Amino acid sequence: MIKSIKTWILVVLASSLLVACGQGGGGSGSKKSKTLDNTKKAGYVKCGVSQGLPGFSNADASGNWTGVDVDVCRAVAAAVLGDADKVKYTPLSAKERFTALTSGEIDVLSRNTTWTLSRDADIGLTFVGVNFYDGQGFMVRKNSGINSVNDFKNGISACTNTGTTTELNMRDFFNSKNIKYEPIAFEKADEVVQAYDAGRCDTYTTDKSGLAAQRTKLSAPDDHKVLPETISKEPLGPVVRQGDAVWEDIVRWSLNVMIEAEEYGITSSNASSLKDSDNPQIKRLVGSEGELGAAFGLDNEWSLRIIEQVGNYGESYKKHIADTGILPIRGPNALWNDPNLKGGLLYVPPAR
Amino acid sequence: MNFKNPKTLIPQIITVASLVSIIAYFAFNAQVNMGNRGISFGYGFLSQEASFDIGFSLIDYDGSHSYARAFLVGLLNTILVSAIGIFFATLIGVTVGIGRLSSNYLIAKAAEIYVEIFRNIPLLLQIFFWYFAALRALPLPVDSINFYDISFLNVKGWYVPKFIWTNFSLFFSSLIVAIISIIFVLKYAKKKRDEFGKQVPALYISLAILFGLPFLTFLIGGVTLFFQIPELAQLSKTIYVYKGGVSIIPELISLALALSMYTATFIAENVRAGILGVNKGQKEAAASIGLTKGQILKLVVMPQALRIIIPPTTNQYLNLTKNSSLAAAIAYPDLVLVFAGTALMQTGRAIEIISITMFTYLALSLSISLFMNWYNKKMAIKEK
Repeated sequence: MIKSIKTWILVVLASSLLVACGQGGGGSGSKKSKTLDNTKKAGYVKCGVSQGLPGFSNADASGNWTGVDVDVCRAVAAAVLGDADKVKYTPLSAKERFTALTSGEIDVLSRNTTWTLSRDADIGLTFVGVNFYDGQGFMVRKNSGINSVNDFKNGISACTNTGTTTELNMRDFFNSKNIKYEPIAFEKADEVVQAYDAGRCDTYTTDKSGLAAQRTKLSAPDDHKVLPETISKEPLGPVVRQGDAVWEDIVRWSLNVMIEAEEYGITSSNASSLKDSDNPQIKRLVGSEGELGAAFGLDNEWSLRIIEQVGNYGESYKKHIADTGILPIRGPNALWNDPNLKGGLLYVPPAR
Repeated sequence: MNFKNPKTLIPQIITVASLVSIIAYFAFNAQVNMGNRGISFGYGFLSQEASFDIGFSLIDYDGSHSYARAFLVGLLNTILVSAIGIFFATLIGVTVGIGRLSSNYLIAKAAEIYVEIFRNIPLLLQIFFWYFAALRALPLPVDSINFYDISFLNVKGWYVPKFIWTNFSLFFSSLIVAIISIIFVLKYAKKKRDEFGKQVPALYISLAILFGLPFLTFLIGGVTLFFQIPELAQLSKTIYVYKGGVSIIPELISLALALSMYTATFIAENVRAGILGVNKGQKEAAASIGLTKGQILKLVVMPQALRIIIPPTTNQYLNLTKNSSLAAAIAYPDLVLVFAGTALMQTGRAIEIISITMFTYLALSLSISLFMNWYNKKMAIKEK
C-alpha cells in the first residue's frame, strides 16, 4: 500500500512539473526571429506542399519535389541556408494545411493556397504575396454540348474538393445564375478525378490551373475541355505564421526577388556575371551593392543564391508549368511591363 | 469502494487531482499558444452563415443556413448511414452466422468464405471498391436500369418515387397509436397465456391494427398519398438527369453496403460463437420432446445464445458507427466531411470543431451502448 502511495505522489509531482514547464511555447514579437534561428539550427526549411499537383508541387518517382510552389521554399532555403536543396517537404491535404502551419509542424506553407481576408485575418496566418494568379473554372466533356457556363441548367452535378474556396465560389456562382445543382465534394483530388471520369458528375470545378493539371490524369484527356469563363479570383501564394515579422519578410522577399530578377533579365546562368553591371538595381539584386540582406540578419549574397540556384520567376514558370504543357500561356502571370505579353499582373515592390 | 479508509481514499484523490491538472495543463498550453499566434477561441461561429451547399440532406438546408444547421445535416447523415448499416449488418450477420453451422456443406463453406474474405480486407479499401466498382458498372442516366417504369438506377443514383402527402401528421399519429396499442395487445396476450394457458391470436390482431388504423385515416381523415415518379430530363446534348423523385445517392449506397458487409462478418462470428456456446444437452432435450429444428433454434437455442451474442455485437455496432466517418473518402456528406471537414476549413476553428465532433460521436456511441445494455438486461436470465 505504501509503495502505491509513493507511485501516486510521483505521478502528481510529474504532472505539476509538466504544468510548470508548459507555460512557454509560441513565438513572440521580439526583434530576433525564432523561426530563422530554429531553421538554421535544424539545417533545413520546413515546407508544406500539396499531395501532388503537377506544375505546383509534385513528387516524382524518386521523391524529388518540383513545381513553382516548391521553388518558393527552395528560394527561402537558398537565402537562409545557402543551399536550395535543404528543404523538408510535408505533403498536406487542404484540411490539414493551416493547422500544420499554426502548430509549427511547418514554417512555410506553399501549397496553391488562396489569399482571402478571413484566412489572413482570423486564423493566425499571414500571406506574404502572390506567386500565381488563378481563377476557378469548369471542366466538361467535349461531347456534352456545353460551351459556356451559361449552358448549365437545373439539376447539373458538380464534383469538387472539400475544404477549399471552390466550394464557396461554386455556390455563389450557381446562386447568382439561379441554378439548382448537386455538389459532390471529395477530400482528395484523386477521388474527384475518378468520380468525374466515371460520369458521377457532369462537371468538375476547381482552380483553372488545377483543372489543367488534373485533366492529364483522366482516362481520355482529349475528351474534356475547360470552359472559357473564370468565376472567381484566386490569388495563390505562400503563407507563414503570424507573429514572426522577420521570417515573414524573408519569405516575402525571397519570392519578390525571383519576380524582380525576371523583370531585370537576371537568370540563373547570367546572375554572377552581372555583378559589375551598370544598373544599380541589378547590382543590388546580385549582392554587389547595398546591404539588403542585413535587414533580415542574412548576408549580402542571399538574393544571388536564390537566382543562381532556383532561377527567376519566368524560368521557374517555363520549366514547371509551360514546358509541361499545363498552362503554356502565362496570361495574368506575366510581368506587368512585359512588352510581348499583355495583361500580366506580376508587379512587386522594388528591392532596395 | 471504501471511502472511510484513508489508504484507499488518498490514491483516489490523487488520481482525480492529477487528471485535472493534466487537462488544465493542455487547456492552458493551448490557450497560451493560440494567444501568441493571434487565434481567437469561441463557439460564436456556429450561428454564422455556412455559405457552402451539401449535396444530400434529410432536412431543409442550403448555404444560407448556419454552421449549426450544417452540423445537424452531417449528424443526421451519419445516423442514417449507421442505422442502415446496423440493420443490414445484423441481417446478413445472423444469416451467415447460422449458415456457418449448417449441416449443408455448400452453405457452410460459402458462409465461411464470405467471412474470411470480408473480414480480412481493410474497410477503406472495401468502401473504395464498392464505390468505384458501382460507378464503373452503372450506366449513364439515358441507359438507366429500369424497374417497372417507376424506379431507375444509374451512375448518379437510385431514383425512387417521391411520396406526396396531405395531412401527413394525422397518418403519422395514427401509426404511433397503432404501435402503442400493439404493445398492449402483446402484453395482454402474454398475460393470458401465462395465467390461463390460453393462446390469443396476437399476431393477427396486431397486423389488423397496424394496417387498419392508418388505412382509416385515408377513408375518413382526408389523408391522401400520391407517388411522384422520377422523369428523365435533358440538360444538354449528352447530359441527362432524373427529376421529380427521391435520389438515393451512390455514395450512400456504397458506404452502407461496405459497412454492413464488413461488420456482418464479425456479427456472424458472434452469432456462431453464441450458438455453439449453448450446451448441447439443451438441444438434445428440446429434440427429445419433439420440437422441430426451427422451433429448437427459435425457442431454446437463440434465447440462450443471445446472452452471449449481444455484448460483443454492441461493440460491432459502435465500430460501425465510428467507421462511418470514412465516408469522407467517397464524398458522402457525413458529420466528419461536412463539419470536421468543410466547416473546419472555412472557419479555421480546429479545436472548437474537433471537440464538438468528438463529443457528438461519444454521445452517439453512448446512446447505442445504453440501448444495447438495456436490451441485454432484458435478455438476461431472470431467476423466478
